[in-house]
Amino acid sequence: MQAEEKFTYETWPASPEKATLEAKNKFLGFWLFLGGETVLFASLFATYLALKDKVPNAEQALAKDLFELPLVFVMTMLLLTSSLTSVYAMYHMKNYDFKKMQLWLGITVLLGLSFLGFEIYEFNHYVHEFHHTFSSSAFGSAFYTLVGFHGAHVALGLLWITTLMVRNAKRGLSLYNAPKFYLASLYWHFIDVVWVFIFTVVYLMGMVG
Amino acid sequence: MSTYAQKKGFGATIWDYMTTVDHKKIAILYLIAGGIFFILGGLEAMFIRIQLAVPDNNFVSAGLYNEILTMHGTTMIFLAAMPLLFAFMNAIMPLQIGARDVAFPFLNSLGFWLFFFGGLFLNLSWFLGGAPDAGWTSYASLSLDSAGHGIDFYALGLQISGAGTLIGGINFLVTIINMRAPGMTYMRMPLFTWSTFVASALILFAFPPLTIGLFFMIFDRMFGSNFFDPAMGGNTVLWEHLFWIFGHPEVYILILPAFGIFSEIFATFSRKRLFGYSSMVFATVLIGFLGFMVWAHHMFTTGMGPIANAIFAVATMAIAVPTGIKIFNWLFTMWGGSIKFTTPMLWAVAFIPSFVAGGVTGVMLATAAADYQYHDSYFVVAHFHYVIVGGVVFALLAGTHFYWPKMFGTMLNEFLGKITFWLFLIGFHLTFFIQHFLGLMGMPRRIFTFLPDQGLETGNLISTVGAVLMAVAVIVLLINIVITSVKNERVGNDPWEDGRTLEWSIPSPPPFYNFKQLPLVRGLDAYWLEKVEGKKGMTPAEPLGDIHMPNNSILPVVMSLGLFIAAFGAMYRTEHAWGLPVLIGGMLITLLAMFARSVKDDHGFHIHKEDLENDDDKGGKA
Repeated sequence: MQAEEKFTYETWPASPEKATLEAKNKFLGFWLFLGGETVLFASLFATYLALKDKVPNAEQALAKDLFELPLVFVMTMLLLTSSLTSVYAMYHMKNYDFKKMQLWLGITVLLGLSFLGFEIYEFNHYVHEFHHTFSSSAFGSAFYTLVGFHGAHVALGLLWITTLMVRNAKRGLSLYNAPKFYLASLYWHFIDVVWVFIFTVVYLMGMVG
Repeated sequence: MSTYAQKKGFGATIWDYMTTVDHKKIAILYLIAGGIFFILGGLEAMFIRIQLAVPDNNFVSAGLYNEILTMHGTTMIFLAAMPLLFAFMNAIMPLQIGARDVAFPFLNSLGFWLFFFGGLFLNLSWFLGGAPDAGWTSYASLSLDSAGHGIDFYALGLQISGAGTLIGGINFLVTIINMRAPGMTYMRMPLFTWSTFVASALILFAFPPLTIGLFFMIFDRMFGSNFFDPAMGGNTVLWEHLFWIFGHPEVYILILPAFGIFSEIFATFSRKRLFGYSSMVFATVLIGFLGFMVWAHHMFTTGMGPIANAIFAVATMAIAVPTGIKIFNWLFTMWGGSIKFTTPMLWAVAFIPSFVAGGVTGVMLATAAADYQYHDSYFVVAHFHYVIVGGVVFALLAGTHFYWPKMFGTMLNEFLGKITFWLFLIGFHLTFFIQHFLGLMGMPRRIFTFLPDQGLETGNLISTVGAVLMAVAVIVLLINIVITSVKNERVGNDPWEDGRTLEWSIPSPPPFYNFKQLPLVRGLDAYWLEKVEGKKGMTPAEPLGDIHMPNNSILPVVMSLGLFIAAFGAMYRTEHAWGLPVLIGGMLITLLAMFARSVKDDHGFHIHKEDLENDDDKGGKA
């Protein structure tokens, strides 16, 4: 199958993300990349656990002083929902319905943006209310690096999905860009999974111990 | 689009190599850049040995000595050994599996240029206020207190080149999984391809911890974080763990492809199928797996406690089992074979006792209780040079002679090759064998001088003489390369006459599309099988048709250059006003280049069937 070929609903393949050799390569390569990313975040989690609540003096805030679950709960719901909407987008991609795919991707981007907004508010809150900064303690360094790395992934994912949406707005789906959309959504799911672990390891465990 | 068969000017050739996405040209880039860094690292080694030739020497100062030994280790591991292995992986692996290119030609180029600019950045430290001086391991307790920008060059430079290595690893994995020719099942893959596969998997999982460790180092030194500062709650041992979780798999990333090269050479010049092929594959995978379980044997003396030490000691010794399987398989491959002692075969034969010696001291060092005596002594220096020089460097030199005709279409001179071999072999054992005893006599590693009348003079002098022999051997190799290139006597498909695998079934060097028609693989040692049945070449697996090829691109250079510029900004941010804008500007260059790559369609081009038919002198039969 040629990447430039024009399709209709009937001729569109069942798995457009793996229909050409280039697409197969991208698909596998991206999964492997996510394997590497997993180790990257595992190193960050290990560091966070090692340095959690490690502060130079007693005046500094600890995890149990900092976190407020209602805010983090809202953020978690936003990100989990955005994962669901990106699944809807891929459902429509597989059905060759470009407009609906763009619509659901747009909703995904909006949810991701509001997540980022909350995260910026959250960091700002810690810095100004608790003087918990990147440089104030090893705990601060580890916290902002782990959660900030995730935030940077969210920002990059938003940039990626938006670029794809704008670039392909006028030309619809093809076997050339379908794998790109698919991988962006895969990346988005990965970011979501990492957040589930951050929610558990940083916030929930921070509240209890 | 296809510009082959045209004579080009010098500038056009440079541009061609800067934009190329052809795995064979990228291999040559890796070979040249890795070779230059190998010579640089070798010069640093010579300075070390000159300084230590006699007691109380003042050839270099203590501070400069620290910089030289740090750069020697860092350069040899990251900028010489790995890129040179990448050169052979790029040049040979796609040919061995019958592919027309790697899975991601663009990323292949990006990987090279990231490595190159990272290495360049690291070495610019010599001219910009001093090189890193905390050892190649750069333990945080030393590196955080190191004045000047040396460690910044180390952390930023390795970060950039490490990204390139990771990209290369993913690329090779996908290539081997997805791009094999019809009939090339996993258990028919040549051992060099297998070891490339396992080493790439190690790269994928070992480099991210280094990335994180280097980020922490960059943040601690340049952006005010406190990961490694105990006064602020940090932990200096954290770096050691992250570094060695990367660092131990790293030695297997180096040695497994070396094993692969030797496996090819043993089979070729014993003119026999590799003994115990499936157990070789099994041993390779097992070594790769166990390689992740042993990192803390570098840290026995940090006080992890007897239980952790015991576990890591046993896990380390376990690696001797699959390695032993390999050694016996190589011996049995030679057993009963009709052996030809070519230069590559000499290296292979010499590799076995040299590497085994390094393996034996490895088991000694793995004994945690005894390690307290050996730790940080010249015994350790002798051990790791025996495995890395006696294993990896021997393989690189063997591979250079073995694959030179396939990469460049002309044979290196065998006589000069054998001179290189004997000089290097004698020089190597002279340099490092005595260092075991220097270590046992109490000479610490990384020491810039020693006192007279402590029994260390003779040993150190012998060691230095050996190093001179190795340097002469490398010079002979360079002369050999010059003579060979000037003579430029072209050779055919199978210049060693005993080639077993697919790369020897096509011209040397291969046409840029490698295989005119993809070959049909009917078993292990695919080309040998056809030769045994009296055929001249491979049976094609497809009719002659259009070949799809990727376009060249300058974007990999631009992306890497952006990070190179950004690294300067990050480093000088706190002391110069221009630091922050340069950091942001550099990142923007990279991001914009990525953006350009994303929005501009790149469908590649087709070589048409008619052009291939007229191209009879290239591409061979299959």
